[in-house]
Amino acid sequence: MSTQPLGIPPTRPMDFQTKTMRLNNLRRNIANYVVSSLAVIATILVIIPLVAILFYLIYKGASSLNLAFFTHLPAPVGESGGGMANAIVGSGIILTLASLIGVPIGIAAGVYLAEFGRGRMLANAIRFTADVLNGVPSIVMGIAVFALLVQGRHFSAFSGGVVLGIMMIPTITRTTEEMLATVPHAIREAALGLGVPKWRTVMSVSLRTASPGIITGCMLAFARVAGETAPLLFTAFGNQFWSFRLNEPIAALPLQIFVYATGPYDEWHRLAWAGALVLIVLIMVSVTLVRIFANRGVLKGGS
Amino acid sequence: MGVGILVEDLNAWYGSTHTLQDINLHIPANHATALIGPSGCGKSTFVRCLNRMHETNPIARATGTVKMGEIDIYNDASPVEIRRRVGMVFQRPNPFPTMSIYDNVVSGLKLNGFRNRRILDETVERSLKQAALWEEVKDDLKKKSGASLSGGQQQRMCIARALAVDPEVLLMDEPASALDPVSTSKIEDLIFQLKSQYTIVIVTHNMQQAARVAENTGFFLNGKMVEFDSTHKIFTNPRDKRTEDYITGRFG
Repeated sequence: MSTQPLGIPPTRPMDFQTKTMRLNNLRRNIANYVVSSLAVIATILVIIPLVAILFYLIYKGASSLNLAFFTHLPAPVGESGGGMANAIVGSGIILTLASLIGVPIGIAAGVYLAEFGRGRMLANAIRFTADVLNGVPSIVMGIAVFALLVQGRHFSAFSGGVVLGIMMIPTITRTTEEMLATVPHAIREAALGLGVPKWRTVMSVSLRTASPGIITGCMLAFARVAGETAPLLFTAFGNQFWSFRLNEPIAALPLQIFVYATGPYDEWHRLAWAGALVLIVLIMVSVTLVRIFANRGVLKGGS
Repeated sequence: MGVGILVEDLNAWYGSTHTLQDINLHIPANHATALIGPSGCGKSTFVRCLNRMHETNPIARATGTVKMGEIDIYNDASPVEIRRRVGMVFQRPNPFPTMSIYDNVVSGLKLNGFRNRRILDETVERSLKQAALWEEVKDDLKKKSGASLSGGQQQRMCIARALAVDPEVLLMDEPASALDPVSTSKIEDLIFQLKSQYTIVIVTHNMQQAARVAENTGFFLNGKMVEFDSTHKIFTNPRDKRTEDYITGRFG
């Protein structure tokens, strides 16, 4: 009954597929095509809002950008012109302070969770607290810090830095923990096996190996709080003039945008758009700079 | 120079699993000693007890005495001191991925705060020559990451890294099991040369390897050391039936 004599190999194997095999093949190819297309569509959907926002900001704001915007104080009500120089500097001061508070505490807590607290009650409590803190609305954070640091004293740049710093902590802690968990155990053993103390292994081996991911986490936290407005309303408060003191109210870009965007004048609205553009560009630039700088440090391989 | 190791009544546990039971053993200085046995028999746990790596696992514990020369490693010294004197090479090469070849080799010194450039340079050259890797990497010591080398080169770099801290004992936990035959024979040549200066303990699945490199061999089975003798004796005329069954390939 055999149709093919034995010993002669089929010259075109594809012809010898059964019908079921061909159908299976077709189904697999279609599934592959559909899923790949879905992934591409999802990617495009993710990028669209980002590009749309950026272009709309450029469309609305770029025309109001000039040198004065970066060098002048806001003009008094009724006068035209003026800039947001003090708000740019103020945001810089508040965010520097926030990073000085949030980054070390966040990373240290993440290190504890990943390297020392495995399975301990305290670690579980910290992890839970961090997750809850991540979900606390920013305005609630603002009120809490207002009650702690502002009430009975006065609005200050310091309290603004503190509230943004606290808001950075949970993101940084959780990413640090997760990034440390991806560092292979073998690398830690290599260091311990050389007689390197545990703390030094954590600092110079685990943290360094995980540093690209941890830096990404810090940048995410930074970018998130850089645009926060609500908590600053109760803390940094805003300022129409130059201020470099931590115990005085200070201007910040989001606050200035808020004031201008909700104001009655067209000129203010244009300045608000320009401010939003500057804010987003500054965030993008600082994130990129940190990443370039950090990557260079890692690739060089110095210790 | 190497130093002998005396193990008395060593017991080890992972959680409630009794991984090592009453091990008594004398490992002579400046010789290679092989430990053979089927998977899960406790060989790795045993070598990890010799440099106190065992206790880095939170659920692990060990009792008994391990003497390195005159030092009781569990009572007279900290784990960190012991690990500086007892180098370890692991089953899979584990270079520090963020470090150059140079930094990998002297990581044991640098991470302990040692900074003298001249001595670091000398140590890199000496260790890489000892590990027979110098000629292959001397031109990109600082240019290439340790992780960019091939598997066999990485393992020799890990050996160089262990030698750079000038240990007295070198523990090797299946150092060639993840490598191709050419790299394996390089590692074996290396062990052969190094054993005049260091006390070497090598865990291996490969009985030919044990026969090639080691003067003495111990056979482990189910957490016990069944037999310990000269390699020649173990492979030609073992005392215990179970050893004979294992080396003739009847199980494991």
